[in-house]
Amino acid sequence: MQKGGFNFDLYQRNVELIEKNNYKVPKTTKTGTTIVGVVFSDGVVLGADTRATSGPIVADPNCEKIHRISDYIWCAGAGTAADTENTTGMISLQLELLSLSTGRSPRVRTALTLLKNFLFRYHGYISAALVLGGVDFTGPHLHMIHPHGSTSTLPYISMGSGSLAAMAVLETGYNSKMGEEDAKSLVHQAILSGILNDLGSGGNVDLCVIKHKSMEFFRNIDTTNSKRKFRKKLPYMFKSGSTKILEKEIKEKMEKMEIVNEKENEIEELEEL
Amino acid sequence: MQPKKKTLRPIVTGSSVLGIKYKDGVILASDTLGSYGSLARFRDIRRIVPITKHTVIGGTGEFSDFQEITKILRQKIIENQELVESGKEEDELLPSEIHSYLSRVLYGRRNKFNPLWNDVVVAGFEKGKVHMGTVDLWGSYFEDDIIATGYGTYFALPLMRKAYKKDMERDKALEVLRDCLTVLFYRDCRTINRYVFAEITKEGVNITDPVEIETKWEIADWQEGKL
Repeated sequence: MQKGGFNFDLYQRNVELIEKNNYKVPKTTKTGTTIVGVVFSDGVVLGADTRATSGPIVADPNCEKIHRISDYIWCAGAGTAADTENTTGMISLQLELLSLSTGRSPRVRTALTLLKNFLFRYHGYISAALVLGGVDFTGPHLHMIHPHGSTSTLPYISMGSGSLAAMAVLETGYNSKMGEEDAKSLVHQAILSGILNDLGSGGNVDLCVIKHKSMEFFRNIDTTNSKRKFRKKLPYMFKSGSTKILEKEIKEKMEKMEIVNEKENEIEELEEL
Repeated sequence: MQPKKKTLRPIVTGSSVLGIKYKDGVILASDTLGSYGSLARFRDIRRIVPITKHTVIGGTGEFSDFQEITKILRQKIIENQELVESGKEEDELLPSEIHSYLSRVLYGRRNKFNPLWNDVVVAGFEKGKVHMGTVDLWGSYFEDDIIATGYGTYFALPLMRKAYKKDMERDKALEVLRDCLTVLFYRDCRTINRYVFAEITKEGVNITDPVEIETKWEIADWQEGKL
């Protein structure tokens, strides 16, 4: 078993499948996305939209893009949905084992290193663009991780197809003296800007506020963009007599039944042999 | 074999042009940079020019093609002027007519696979109202109260859409444009911090001299980990 490095064993076979066997490459579910992170005086706020697209179709109108790495370290992900979910899931497990073996609470910086080293090994083929934020015993941290494995540390970040629309809001609204409510409002407006102006983003706004030993997850804090305008009141009740009866036919139920003792026949067959 | 004489790719380019309607008229804004790829080659060009007393055009993309468009339109104005003087035409060409004519010119060029590589904003005052719209290198014609070209569509349009209100005040409109230009300076590599504003009201056209806008760099003081 090859240790470390890159394993491209299946490359030849994949190329042949596509060229000779007319193999239809399965469509990846992408999260055409707006994800945002902002550092404020007491911690970090992460925000995300909830639309998952498969080409031009909305595959999931209300998916969760903010993933848990540890109790106070969370990660929003853009790119291929499977890649973001499984990558963050794997690193979450690795981080827990690490924190148990070291006897220390996990650091954001550790999650960052685990994620970037993992993604770099795959040279960008794992399409996961992440906004990693959290508060550990060294303070609040916010990082952006690109699919190729490069990272940046900044006070405000946006990623995904709606990142330009969100960044415009962040650049005009950010100031270093922000408190929790200002930061939440800024992240909310930034995600909304992505949802309204980017076609790859949509649905509801999810928010995650992380402070020292505290985490609040606001799932679907804003649903104004996904409320159906015209909806019949549930439950569906049709009054008796609403459907007109055209014909009536009454059939008698059969009362006669014949009981066959199957077991007796089996024993008879065996005796014959 | 003859060499290719058609437009292959833009060489000297201008970045975004923004436009927003307000109570008394419309304001356009752009920076004054002509980029030569990644080189900031011409730092004082005018990408917003007057065409008539009441019309102004702004151009994104290949600057030489924008100069050609300016020439074509001004020639059209002169021709029209001659017709007015001889009594065959009523009056000076309206902004919507200029806009319409330009869209036909650009569409014709695209059909010959030799486009004028621009995204042009046409704005003016006619019959007591503002007319503003855009035409691009493919000939797409579009009218709206808020216009942005180039990277402005991604950064400025979301901000303008949030802030725009019908018949907004002049100061508010200028504030929105300044915010958008600042964000573009932060995030678009092919921009400089030197801008020109063109205001069109029923009185006419007023294009300002280049100005600089203050930028915030307080994130340079930010330190990771500090609560």
